[in-house]
Formats: sequence, C-alpha cells, structure tokens
Amino acid sequence: MEKRTVAAVLAFTIVVVFFLFSMVLIHPFGEPRQVQMDDYIITNTQNETGTNNGVTSVVFDYRGFDTLGEATILFSAVAGVLMIFRRVKQ
Amino acid sequence: MSEMTKIVKTTANILFPFSLLFGLYVIAHGHLTPGGGFQGGAIVASGCVLLLVAYGSGWVFNRIKKNHLVTFESIGAIGFITVALLGLIFSTVFFGNFLAGSDTLFGTTPATGSTQADFNTGGILPLMNFAVGIKVIAGLFVIVLVMAYASSRKEENQ
Repeated sequence: MEKRTVAAVLAFTIVVVFFLFSMVLIHPFGEPRQVQMDDYIITNTQNETGTNNGVTSVVFDYRGFDTLGEATILFSAVAGVLMIFRRVKQ
Repeated sequence: MSEMTKIVKTTANILFPFSLLFGLYVIAHGHLTPGGGFQGGAIVASGCVLLLVAYGSGWVFNRIKKNHLVTFESIGAIGFITVALLGLIFSTVFFGNFLAGSDTLFGTTPATGSTQADFNTGGILPLMNFAVGIKVIAGLFVIVLVMAYASSRKEENQ
C-alpha cells in the first residue's frame, strides 16, 4: 500500500474511535454536570435584566463581551472585503 | 451577476417586503421571541440579496451607495459601544444594564415566572438589538454587493 493510504486509514480509525468513545461516555441529554450557573441565570434573569428571553439576556448582558467580539469580526470582515475589492488605477 | 427574467423579478418584488418585515420584526422583538439583532439582520440582508440576484449587481450598485452602507455599519458599531459605555457611567460595569427596572424607556420589570410578553422590558437589550441589527444588515449586504459587483465587472472585461 502507498504511504498516503496508510495515513488516511490511520487518521480515519483514530477519528472513529474517538467518536465512539464520546458516544458511549456522553452524559444524558438535559442533565448537565455543572448546573449552578444555569440555575442562577434561570432564577435571576427576569429580575436582573428585566427580560423574559433568557437567551438574549445571556448574549447581550451576561456575555456582552462575546457579542462585542462577534461585532468586531463582522466589522473586520467588511473592512477586509472592501480593501480587497477596491478600485485600482490601471 | 446580470439581471434575470421577468418571472424572477416579479417573485422578488412580491417576496422582498415580506422578508424585510419579518427581519425587522425579529430584530424589534429580540428580547421577547427567539432571534435578535444578528438573526433578523441576516434575514433582511438576505432579502436585499434576493433583489441583487433578480435585478443584477450593476442595477443595485447604481442605486444604493456603498459608502452609505459602510456608514450605517459604523453607526451600528458606535451605537453598540456607546450603550455599553453608558453602562459604565450610569451603572457599575461595562455592559451594565442601567435601564432595567428604572421604569423609563424599556424599564418595566416582568413578574418572575411564566408571564405575558411586554415590549417595554429588557433595559438595554432592545437598544443593543437595534444597533446590532443595523450593523448586520449593512455589513452583510455590503459584503455581498461589493463581491457581486466586482465579479460582474471582471466578466465584462474578459
């Protein structure tokens, strides 16, 4: 066999073994290991942020810096596209 | 991209206002229903891309100024950061929710538990949704518009 075939089979086997392990060892759906933060947010989000939507309160309030980074990524994407496709004098 | 047939144009004419309305609804109700600024902005931007596909990039490029879209994108980013910095001034921390529970704009606190949706809640979350919505609409649309226009000009030159 060629070297590349052996490497591909080896990589595929490793990935499959890890997937099988994660399938066996995964904890059941809806029962997270660490529940302190979930319980805190579910209990306090209506009093602290005054909104009924817990997901939005996490995205824009508790994890605001994450959204700021996301907005920065969009801004840099726009800047990069406008720079690459600018009009060049011929 | 050149313009397409009359069938596609008519379908785009019918569908464009609905996608615009639905996207703006998702942005405005981001603190009550699933979705928010990013998702609603992506819906509105894809509605604009529908027009771009139907009418051709040159048609849209002559009517919508690229620099205006870039200005809107910057307005959204500046608004987002300004609201976050106001939290630093009126509250204690960056991104502090200073409007929640203040009984002014978006200041009503809902009762704990499963309650009826009230639009006038959420503190700074609706303001941030609007800012991010403007930013995502202009940002995504200007990316697609500039790339489509550049590729169409390249086709013309060949």
